[in-house]
Amino acid sequence: MTDAERKDLQIKATKVRMGVVESTHAAKAGHPGGSLSAADMFTYLYFKELRVDPADPKNPDRDRFVLSKGHTAPGLYSALALRGFFPWEDLLTLRQIGSHLQGHPNMNYTPGVDMSTGSLGQGVSCAAGMAKAAKYLGKDCRVYTLLGDGEIEEGEVWEAFMFAANYKLDNFCAIIDKNGLQIDGPTKDVMDSGDIAAKLRAFGFEVAEINGHCFDEIEAAFQKAKETKGKPFGIVMHTVKGLGVSYMTNSVDWHGKAPNDAEYEIAMNELTAKLKELEA
Amino acid sequence: MADVKKMATRDAYGAALAELGEEKSDLVVFEADLAAATKTGVFRKKFPDRHFECGIAEGNMMAVAAGAASMGLVPFASSFAMFAAGRAFEQVRNSIGYPHLNVKIGATHGGISVGEDGASHQCCEDFALMRSIPGMVVLCPSDAVEARAAVRAAYEHQGPVYLRFGRLAIPVFHDENDFHFEIGKGETLAEGNDIAIIATGLMVYEALEAAKALEAEGIHARVINLCTVKPLDTELVLKAARECGKIVTAEEHSVIGGLGEAVCAAVAESGIPCKVKRVGVNDVFGHSGPAVPLLKEFGLSAENIAKVAKEL
Repeated sequence: MTDAERKDLQIKATKVRMGVVESTHAAKAGHPGGSLSAADMFTYLYFKELRVDPADPKNPDRDRFVLSKGHTAPGLYSALALRGFFPWEDLLTLRQIGSHLQGHPNMNYTPGVDMSTGSLGQGVSCAAGMAKAAKYLGKDCRVYTLLGDGEIEEGEVWEAFMFAANYKLDNFCAIIDKNGLQIDGPTKDVMDSGDIAAKLRAFGFEVAEINGHCFDEIEAAFQKAKETKGKPFGIVMHTVKGLGVSYMTNSVDWHGKAPNDAEYEIAMNELTAKLKELEA
Repeated sequence: MADVKKMATRDAYGAALAELGEEKSDLVVFEADLAAATKTGVFRKKFPDRHFECGIAEGNMMAVAAGAASMGLVPFASSFAMFAAGRAFEQVRNSIGYPHLNVKIGATHGGISVGEDGASHQCCEDFALMRSIPGMVVLCPSDAVEARAAVRAAYEHQGPVYLRFGRLAIPVFHDENDFHFEIGKGETLAEGNDIAIIATGLMVYEALEAAKALEAEGIHARVINLCTVKPLDTELVLKAARECGKIVTAEEHSVIGGLGEAVCAAVAESGIPCKVKRVGVNDVFGHSGPAVPLLKEFGLSAENIAKVAKEL
């Protein structure tokens, strides 16, 4: 990755973070924390990794992305809007009556959304089913899914992982956003998931453990994923919940709460300053 | 009775899948380690590369099938009714029903007639669960001929369909050469205006037997087969209400949330004066035993239908 490419991604990721703040502020609800921890991943997926076309969002041969941690829809919606799937202004309709931007993703409402999710643990199964179907249909498309590190407490996640390994779904890539926080507190206190990478390996995955805010590491992990044959791929990405907004950073309070007007000003000022610094 | 051919609707399901598989290359089957019992093994034998074993993980299987449907396949996902509708309810609701994906749920071993396995496996709640999901079609064939036709109709239907099949071999009374099936349309099997018996699944044959017994006593009963539990054939139900004024419903399901309640609601909201009584499992769990005596014990018999009809 060149310096210019890296900087471009950082600029886009900052805009995605602004979208998260703008949309949740307008909605007076939503989940900014996990949207911000995954903002760099959303950006890399939609601007580098996924073979998708905003002008043809239903192309049958496109790569698929399933947001298994569906509550971080504001992050996904911001990336989709920035990529051109729908107007940026739509973000301000998040969670409102009549909006195509539901509180959790709906594949039938929002261009670019490949699966309706929100009930934790199910999206990863849907993604595994897509990957299996792609193999059966002889399509070379890849299927990516993003899970939370709290979400993996759901038993279904491990049923899906067993399925993916059993069928050698090397077109399947599960990304776990290890931000270490869930609603009731730090993940290690609520339900310690231990060594997630070791668990994935034990389930038959090839694994990369990376810094989820480093585009070079994300790029290398996806490269390794594509080179891996005969096994599914898992990316455990270490992230910071709420990253990009000072008072949300690593704070469990900002899992599912929207910024008020004053908090919105602070967040937007910080992100605008960051954007100016990057664009300078 | 000896001359009546008997076959379980689950056997017809397996045969229908294998038959339809010949014609439809997009039909695939997902199974949760019960292929020998659900009879999807018949399909697997013929199309091993289109039969996907999911292991004992029904929730995952339903969402996997949803993902496969989103890729353009037409998955039939099979398990026992208890696990397909019960254990995997939320996956069916959120990953299949909410996005209205084209998944067909082939649920076998519905009802008390599961027999010896006992209450843990005798699912009498599946109609209630599946009816409550918006856009879900619920089918419960009355014999092997109807089961075969229902599988084909489910394939042709765009959207989710729940099909309930039984374990017990039951009489095949439909004529295969002269049978037309349409989702949402009931079938009048006997004419009469004194009372209407509206039944589904294996209770349809019992209803016909009950009608014969009533006829012997001078009571002319209409018998209606509603394979489609949802959407209800309201027109046919209300016609019966208007013309008969008395209805007995019969189903191998809890009286709560099933066909009987659907009929009661339709009749009550129509304003047509008509009494309704429900024959079904009366808010109790089943227990182990051979299927036929169990059905009698729980009142799921021609004798009980006739008795309830006379009480009306």
